[in-house]
Amino acid sequence: MTLLVNGRRHTVRAEPDTPLLFVLNDEIGLRGPRFGCGMAQCGSCTVILRGQVVRSCVMPVKAVGQDEVTTLEGLGTPDQLHPLQQAFVDEGAAQCGFCLSGVILTAKAILDAKPDASDEEIRMALGGVLCRCFAHVRMLRAIRKYAEGRKHAVPA
Amino acid sequence: MQSRREFLAHGGALVVGFSAFSQSVEAQGPFDTHSSHIDPKKLDSWLVVGADGSITAHTGKCDLGQGIATAQTQLVAEELCVPIARVKLIQCDTDITPDQGTTSGSQSTPTNFNAQGLALAAATAREGLLHLAAAKLGVPGGELSVVDGQVRSATGQSVSYAELVGGKHFNLPLDVKAKRRTHDQWSVLGKPVASLDRTALMTGQFEFVHSVKVPGMLHGRVIRPPEMGATLVSVDRSSVQNIPNVKVVVRKNFVGIVAETQHQAAMAARQLRVRWNRGPALPAQRTFFEYMQKEPSRDTLSVDSGDTAGALAGAGKVMRARYTYPYQMHGSLAASCAVADVQAQKATVWSATQSAYPTRNVIASVLKLPVDSVRVIFVRGSGCYGLNGADAVSFDAAVLSQAVGRPVRLQFSRQDEMMWENLGAACVVEHRAALAADGKIMAWDRENWVASLGNRPGYDRPGNVVSGMLLGYEPELLKPGPARPPSGELRNRSNHVPPYLAGCVEGKCGGNGVIRSERVLTHTMKSPFFTGPLRSPLRIQNTFASECFMDELCAQANADPVDFRIAHLKDERLIAVVRAAAKAANWHTHPLRRAGDAGRKMMGRGVACVDYEGGNGYAAIVADVEVDRESGIVRPTRFVVAIDCGPISNPDGVRNQTEGGILQGMSRALVEEVTWDERRITSTDWVTYRSLYLDYEMPTIECVFVEPKGVPALGAGETAITVAPAAIGNAIFDATGARMRTLPFTPVRVLAAMRPGETA
Repeated sequence: MTLLVNGRRHTVRAEPDTPLLFVLNDEIGLRGPRFGCGMAQCGSCTVILRGQVVRSCVMPVKAVGQDEVTTLEGLGTPDQLHPLQQAFVDEGAAQCGFCLSGVILTAKAILDAKPDASDEEIRMALGGVLCRCFAHVRMLRAIRKYAEGRKHAVPA
Repeated sequence: MQSRREFLAHGGALVVGFSAFSQSVEAQGPFDTHSSHIDPKKLDSWLVVGADGSITAHTGKCDLGQGIATAQTQLVAEELCVPIARVKLIQCDTDITPDQGTTSGSQSTPTNFNAQGLALAAATAREGLLHLAAAKLGVPGGELSVVDGQVRSATGQSVSYAELVGGKHFNLPLDVKAKRRTHDQWSVLGKPVASLDRTALMTGQFEFVHSVKVPGMLHGRVIRPPEMGATLVSVDRSSVQNIPNVKVVVRKNFVGIVAETQHQAAMAARQLRVRWNRGPALPAQRTFFEYMQKEPSRDTLSVDSGDTAGALAGAGKVMRARYTYPYQMHGSLAASCAVADVQAQKATVWSATQSAYPTRNVIASVLKLPVDSVRVIFVRGSGCYGLNGADAVSFDAAVLSQAVGRPVRLQFSRQDEMMWENLGAACVVEHRAALAADGKIMAWDRENWVASLGNRPGYDRPGNVVSGMLLGYEPELLKPGPARPPSGELRNRSNHVPPYLAGCVEGKCGGNGVIRSERVLTHTMKSPFFTGPLRSPLRIQNTFASECFMDELCAQANADPVDFRIAHLKDERLIAVVRAAAKAANWHTHPLRRAGDAGRKMMGRGVACVDYEGGNGYAAIVADVEVDRESGIVRPTRFVVAIDCGPISNPDGVRNQTEGGILQGMSRALVEEVTWDERRITSTDWVTYRSLYLDYEMPTIECVFVEPKGVPALGAGETAITVAPAAIGNAIFDATGARMRTLPFTPVRVLAAMRPGETA
C-alpha cells in the first residue's frame, strides 16, 4: 500500500490492521511519533490527519487511505523551523522531549482550527496530552507566544 | 559483532562524536575502543583533541532529559577555552567512557563539576596544552593565554591545540593539582545555555532508544506473570502458530516472544496461552500501613540522645502524629525499550539505563559471557526519574537476542512497565514531640517504617528487578534485626533526620538544627512489590512527614512558620534559603490560621525546606493554595522557591529542573497513588494511575537562586520536588485548619480532614 506522509508518498509493506505508528517508525523510519502507552492515553504517538490530531498507536494503517499524515518532522526542519517549533526552542519548552509530538501537534491543530483560541481553550485541547517531566509552564508559554505571533502574521 | 563503522554505515544509532572518534581510531589504533583501554586516572580516557581541533569528551554521567549533557559540554568548553560548538560529548558507552557508576541521586554535578572526574580531566588538559605550547613557543607558561583553542604568547606567537596534540595521545595522568578556572573567569559556565538537544527534539529528529535500528533486527515482547510471586506452569506454543516466524522464548519464569514486526510481536504476546501457578495473596491496601508496622524489620538508629522518653514523659503536652506516604510510580511516559545484538562471543546493548557499566556486568552474568565482551551504549529514553523499566528491558532484550541469535528490539507494553516497576517506597512516620515553656521544641522522637524489596541491580544483583527475579535470581536479602547505637558520624542521606535536630552522634553534632533531645529510628520491612529510587527517594517521603509535623508544632506554639523554623535551625545555608523564599514571596509574619476563610474558596500559604541528603543542595518553598470548601479540590496557585546548589553551571537548566520538579511534586501530592487488589497492582495505565495532564491550570512559579561563591557545586535536580508536597500540605492547613497526614490530597481526603467526625 502507499502512504502520503509529510508531503512524500511511501510504498510500505504492512498488514492492514497494523497500527499506523509502527508503520511510521519501522517502515518509514520516522522518529517523531513515539510509543508511549499504546492505548491512546498519553499523546506521544500523535500525528495530524485531515486537520485532526490522531493517536497513531491505535489507528490501523488501513484507515488512513490517501489522506496526508503529518508528523512532528513534517512541520519544519532544524534549518527551517516552523514558528511553533521555534517558539518551543526559544522557551526551552522540554526536558526529555518524548511527549513533544502530542504537545506541539495538538497545539498546532487547535490554533489552525481556531486562531484566536483562549488559553483555556488551548489547555482543554491538550487535555489528553501527558508530559511526565512537567515542562507544562514553558510549553504553554511557547504556545501562547506562537499564537500571538500568528495573529500578527496573518494579513488583515 | 559488526564494527561501529559498519553499523553507522547502515544508518544506525549513536552518531554523537563519531567523526572525532574515528580520527583518533585511525591515528592511534584501538585507542579507547574497548573497556580494557579505559583508565579513569588517565587523561586520554576522558578527552581527545582531534586533528581538526575538535574536542571529544567522554563522560560516565548521561543526559536523561535533565540537561546534564549541555552542562558538561559547557564545562569542557570553559576549561579548555573553546566555543561550545567545538566540543562533542560521548555519554556512557562502556567501550569508550570511564565508569562513573550510575547517573542518579543528584550526584552528576557534585561528581563532575568540582575537583574530580570530567572537571579535573578538562583542567588537566588545559594545563597540559599550555605546558606543550610553552615548550613549542619557547616562552614561560605564565605568559600564555588561550582564546578559541589557540595558545598565544605576549609577543603574538601562537599555536593551536590541533597542532599540539591533534589526533595524538596526551599520555598524562589526571593531575589532582590542576587548577579549575575560577568563577570570576567563567565565560561559558554560569551562563544560561539553551539545551543542545532542543532543535532536534522540537523537529522530531532526536534519537531516543526507541528509534535505534540495527540491521536484521527482530521485534520482541514479554509476557509477564499475572501477579507477584506467580510461577510458570506451561506455555502453549501452538497458540501463536498462525503468526509466521514467531519464536517463543522461555527461561525459568521468563516468557518472551520474538517476531518479524512489532505488530506480529504484539499480537503474539496477546495471543500466547500461558499457565501460571498463583502467587501468595497480597496484604490489603486498606490496612497496609498498619501491616508495615507489624512486619519484622531491620532497624537503624540515626540519632539517640537517650533522653527523649524522659523528656516527653515530663512534658505538659506531647504532640503526636502519624504520617503515611503511598507507593508511587516513576510512570515514565515511554514504556521502556532496548535493543540487543547478542552473538556467540559478544553482545551490544543499546539501553536507556542510568547505569551503563553496572548493566553491562549484569547482562554479562545473565548471558554467561565474559564482562569485557559486553558493550552497553546509552541512548536516551523518556524521562526516568529514577529506576524505571530501563534496566529490566535491557536484560530482557539481551536474553531474547541470545535465544534467537538475532538482534532484537524489545518494547514493553504500558502494563509491563507499570505493573512491574520498582516503585517509590511506601512509608509510615510517627512523631512525638513537646514544646518547652518558651515555645521552643524541647524533644523530638521520630520513628519510621519503610517498605523495601530489590533496588538498583548494581553490578551483581539482577534479582533486584523483575527480569532477574523471573530468571531465577534473588533480590538483595533484607535481614531483620535490632538497631545498634548510632556511631561514626550523622548519616542523613534519606533526610529521615528532621533539619531541626542537632544530629549528635558520638558527641559530634552534624544536623542542621538545635534540638538536642532527639531520637530517629528507622524500620525497614519487606515490601510485597519491588521498590527502588524514585526522584527524591525517601527524601520526599521523610520531608513531607517532618515538615508538616513541624507545622503542627508551630501551630501549637502559635508562632509564625518561617520564624519558628529559623528559631530551630543553626545551618546558615538552610536559613538563607528559608529567608530568601519568604522574602521573594512577600511573606507576612503570621501565626497559622486554623479556621480558614469564610467564603467558598479558602486561601492558604505554606512553607517547607530541606537540606537535601544532608549537604547536597538546599531548597525552601512557599506555596499558595486555594481550597474549595464544597468540593475539597485543592489548587496550588503560586510557588516561590529559593535554591542553593552552590555555583550554577547552567541557570536555564537549573530553572527548568526546578520548575519541573515542583510540578511533578505537586502531581504526586495531589493525584498519584499506586493501587492493588488481593493479587496484583491495578494502577497499570494512565486511567488507573493518575498524573496531571497538560490541561491542568498551572500555578505560577518563581525561582530565586541563592548562589554562594567559593563552595562546591551541589545537586539541583531533586531539591525542589522534595519540598513541594509538604508546602502544599501546610498551605491546606493554613487555608482550612485541616491537617493532611497522607498523600495524595484527594478531594475526598481533604473533605474528610475538614469535617472530622462526618463520613465523607
